Amino acid sequence: MTHGQAISWQLADGVIELALHREPGNEIGSLTLEELEQFVKVLKGLQRKAHALIIHSTVKSGFCAGADLRELYQRSQQMQKSAAAAGVRDFLDRIHRVLNAIDAAPLTTIAAVHGVTFGGGFELALVCDLIIANKMARFCFPELRLGLIPGFGGIPRLKRDLGNAVVRDLLLTGRSINATKAQQIGLVSQVVAEGEALRAARATAAQLVKFERRTAAAAKQFIKPIPYEELRREIDIFCDLFTQPAVEAGLKKFVESADLQPYLP
Amino acid sequence: MKTSDQTLNEILTLAATHFKVPREELTPDDDFFKTLKIDSLQALDLLTRLEHHFNIELPDYELQGVSDFRTLASRIQARL
Repeated sequence: MTHGQAISWQLADGVIELALHREPGNEIGSLTLEELEQFVKVLKGLQRKAHALIIHSTVKSGFCAGADLRELYQRSQQMQKSAAAAGVRDFLDRIHRVLNAIDAAPLTTIAAVHGVTFGGGFELALVCDLIIANKMARFCFPELRLGLIPGFGGIPRLKRDLGNAVVRDLLLTGRSINATKAQQIGLVSQVVAEGEALRAARATAAQLVKFERRTAAAAKQFIKPIPYEELRREIDIFCDLFTQPAVEAGLKKFVESADLQPYLP
Repeated sequence: MKTSDQTLNEILTLAATHFKVPREELTPDDDFFKTLKIDSLQALDLLTRLEHHFNIELPDYELQGVSDFRTLASRIQARL
């Protein structure tokens, strides 16, 4: 078991388990990014011994609340605008490298999600081949409320996996949907009872371990293209929007709110 | 089709059960954030439970500014 401050991982019985455990909501900031980069480095070695990767959260509030907006705001306030924009682009380039590596990994990947699966957390789940959701999971792209678009690859990956009308609904309304709805639209493969997502993911992984690894990897590569060009364009659009005054105002409002999740109703 | 009173009563019962508050302490015009002592994250949890219970989909933006059970019930009733 490799145990970091934000994530930990282990390989057992041909299955890698990556746990997110940064309170309060597994927000993805520089610390989580650094540890994910370390994980992706060792993943190259681990994947020779593994058939499956499960990503899950041990945090009560949910799978992942998305990017660490407080860190983003505080850092951007300490810099000139041009330096802050360059910092955002660097962060996005790095997180995209991590998520692209997991997306393309020659393993079957499973996100076992519960509770809040928002923004960057939703995008992390979307890189996985299967999403298994606790019935209390909720999915949302709240970025437009902040004057932004999802920046961790969410739009191209959602468009890859679902119909464009569904993508527009989730993106343009910023509404959250529950696990049952997510299953109806084809996003989630299994909905399970509260507290059962990880168990169901392990049962699924145990089934995958029976298959020939090379065949599964070939099938995945055939059916799951990585939309690299659109992913790059998404970074450009995000960085362009980030310099707009509305974003600073939106982030300020978010950060100064005393609520746990200020963008929620 | 449930009546508005039935919907309201079921919401109050579900909220009381899940957040462990005596049912008789909840009234339709209560501010559920205060009465249940919940934050926005728990309100989202309540919304998910209500969606499952009533087998409906209720966009969270319809609940912006809603904090009493009676208005919540009217939003749900409109989706039944």
